[in-house]
Amino acid sequence: MTDTSQDSGKSLTGLTKVKRWPPEVSILLVLLGIVLVFEVLGWIFVGQSFVANKQRLSIIVLQVAVTGIIAIGVTQVIITAGVDLSSGSMVGFIAMVVASFAQVATNERAVFLSQGWVDLNPIWAIMVGLALGAALGWLNGFIIAKTKIPPFIATLGMMVSARGLAKWYTLGQPVALLTDSFTWFGHSFPVLGFPVPRPVIVFLIVAVIFHILLTYTRYGKFTYAIGANPQAARVSGINIGNHLIKVYTVAGLLSGLAAVMTAARAESAQPGMGVGYELDAIASCVIGGTSLAGGVGRITGTFIGTIILGVVTSGFTFLQVGAYYQEIVKGIIIVAAVVIDQYRQNKRRKSA
Amino acid sequence: MVSPSTMKIVRESGAVPGSEFVLEVSEVRKEFPGVVALDNVKFQLRRGTVHALMGENGAGKSTLMKIIAGIYTPDSGTFKLRGVDIRLKSPLDALENGIAMIHQELNLMGPMTVAENIWIRREPKNRFGLIDHAAMRRNTEDLFKRLNIDIDPMVEVGTLSVANRQMVEIAKAVSFNSDVLIMDEPTSALTEKEVAHLFSIIRALRTEGKGIIYITHKMNELFEIADEFSVFRDGKYIATKPSSSVTRDDIIRMMVGREITQMFPKETVPIGNVKLAVKGLGLKGVFQDVSFEVREGEILGIAGLVGSGRSNIAETIFGVSPASAGSIEIDGKPVNIKNPAIAMKHGIAFLTEDRKETGCFLLLDIQDNTQMAVLQSRYVNYGFVQQKQLSTDSEEMAQTLRVRTPDMQEPIMNLSGGNQQKVLIARWLLTRPRILILDEPTRGIDVGAKAEIHKLVSQLAGQGVAVIMISSEMPEVLGMSDRIMVVHEGRVTGFLDRKDADQVKIMELASH
Repeated sequence: MTDTSQDSGKSLTGLTKVKRWPPEVSILLVLLGIVLVFEVLGWIFVGQSFVANKQRLSIIVLQVAVTGIIAIGVTQVIITAGVDLSSGSMVGFIAMVVASFAQVATNERAVFLSQGWVDLNPIWAIMVGLALGAALGWLNGFIIAKTKIPPFIATLGMMVSARGLAKWYTLGQPVALLTDSFTWFGHSFPVLGFPVPRPVIVFLIVAVIFHILLTYTRYGKFTYAIGANPQAARVSGINIGNHLIKVYTVAGLLSGLAAVMTAARAESAQPGMGVGYELDAIASCVIGGTSLAGGVGRITGTFIGTIILGVVTSGFTFLQVGAYYQEIVKGIIIVAAVVIDQYRQNKRRKSA
Repeated sequence: MVSPSTMKIVRESGAVPGSEFVLEVSEVRKEFPGVVALDNVKFQLRRGTVHALMGENGAGKSTLMKIIAGIYTPDSGTFKLRGVDIRLKSPLDALENGIAMIHQELNLMGPMTVAENIWIRREPKNRFGLIDHAAMRRNTEDLFKRLNIDIDPMVEVGTLSVANRQMVEIAKAVSFNSDVLIMDEPTSALTEKEVAHLFSIIRALRTEGKGIIYITHKMNELFEIADEFSVFRDGKYIATKPSSSVTRDDIIRMMVGREITQMFPKETVPIGNVKLAVKGLGLKGVFQDVSFEVREGEILGIAGLVGSGRSNIAETIFGVSPASAGSIEIDGKPVNIKNPAIAMKHGIAFLTEDRKETGCFLLLDIQDNTQMAVLQSRYVNYGFVQQKQLSTDSEEMAQTLRVRTPDMQEPIMNLSGGNQQKVLIARWLLTRPRILILDEPTRGIDVGAKAEIHKLVSQLAGQGVAVIMISSEMPEVLGMSDRIMVVHEGRVTGFLDRKDADQVKIMELASH
């Protein structure tokens, strides 16, 4: 073994180094540009600042925290050249189950008739949510790895079935009256005068953990390898099937976590929760530079992509743009992001 | 400057401006980020000649050809086609002006028929404006007859062999009535017989007055087919000469700018114990009853035609496609290799034949490409990659192998083929293999890099590594191997010792 302190920055053969910006820089500039536009429009049309408003900033981050957690799981799935359409439905189903484990014991309409029970410690509800998410994610991965059907189809099936399960679980009834110790996880607490919602803290922690996981661990390296070239990955000794099962299980686990946060924040659960979350999550990844072709993508990009979606939604509300227009423009932003992504890829290919 | 449409009219009128050269380019410059790919290069192609392009990988041959074929736009330079100034804007533009390129990686659509592939975008139409399949078939048959190609126009391209696909590509290029045909290493995947057929087609095209640009790394092809050749080195034009006027050594000197004393320097090293023994190995429908031994420090060459099953044998030993019969022993102990991970645990490394398909992670950087295999066994602590140590060791390995790159963070797709190959070799050397399987280790690699790789393999053998080397290049097999195993149609047809092996004996065994 050689001394690690040697100058590793020097050029291998004396060729000039090309300076590279991290790919996130351009996305960050886009975010700043969008914020700037809203700031200017805000002063012109509403007569107040868009950014300098604690309440608004708090809402922006709270809005994106849940889809952000999902988007992090989906990012690693997309890096393997897969996709996960089931996360929104999984949030719906798991939120129902989680809520049913967090109901006040004296509630007469509790899912589990609980005479003689005391309120369960919220840790149980959370454990159930994470375990169920991981189990459903594992099933996604198992089907994809063993039958080799496209991830699009496998997770589409899960998306439809999980939504069905969500409705079946209480025959369409919402699950309400949750314990305070559980809903605590959905509330805000003040930091330096800022109301910070706990889901946002969870989102940040998850983002940091997964950034480390994808950048500094073998798990992360293999994830990129499989997406970049599955055949070469196989010849390099990577067990692709096993690894994909891990990746989808982790994505499911994060959907479970998102479900816990959703139920805690809403202080209830209903079967329609999480509709469209999977698409918001995928959009966040793509805006953040993750390539649907696999092999490319970073958590930092997804993080910024998530914030961009939140800022756009919040900005339109701030400018009192109607909800219909919001959706129309959101769609355009997603497509524009993919167009830019493809343009970037082509440029890279041409320079080869 | 003349617009392409005017050119077309001029061509069709037959009033072609007279010129000795069908194509002349000069003062061409092309830069890529961080690299000057072409620096003031010139090139002249005479009518009715085969003009070979020689040079190491990264010398700029492929870049120049892509510029001529309209794929890249040069930063500067003048182009004369049939004596008239022209500027090509796209590959289509080039095709319409009579320049066709047959790529190293074939660009045909597998699920479509041969005829559809050839006439795509130019399909003959019937009076209702729909595609006239009968006419398309007749046109294809006429074309094939002229070129002496025997392929059914109505079969799907995906079912054809690589050689036949190549023929289809060539026929397609000819069907544009091109005056300039560019062939980028057309023989790299062909058997001797197929090469002979290809050469007869090339000669026929030459007598029709077409100019053919022929990129190759194979010296003997140069002398067999080319009238002239041009040499490039490090993006610069070196010389153009008639191929009858020079020797092999002259060309190598021009290409590398230095003397290479010995091309295949297998050193004599002490041969140790039997490391790998294969007994009665078989894979259903592909090969059967393969038995051989490799000793520590020994290089076993495997010769045979493409499609003889030689690559499949390697894949089976490495667990890519596990055996359906027979047994494998390592150090005298039987092992069950079900997948590549198990093979790697037993100290086997496998450099695959197809760099692009099964080798490189094209989207990832050199560092990631170098380290991907070794992460199975080392440099990982509780799941975390020991990146600092690994980067240092990888970079050292890349330096030893003389990978030409600004740094390890360069995407591997920006490297030339030879440098990519070196990165892949570095990947496997990091795993410290005891058994090294090399499938076409120097295909498409320049002479300098070739000699370096041979020296390296020889050194590894000296350290007691058992080496299996599959190669289509006779001089490589003969020069490097201690013993040669010849495979034909999925069976081992014989073993030859280094001292009594020669090209004729190998060919006899390989083609029975």
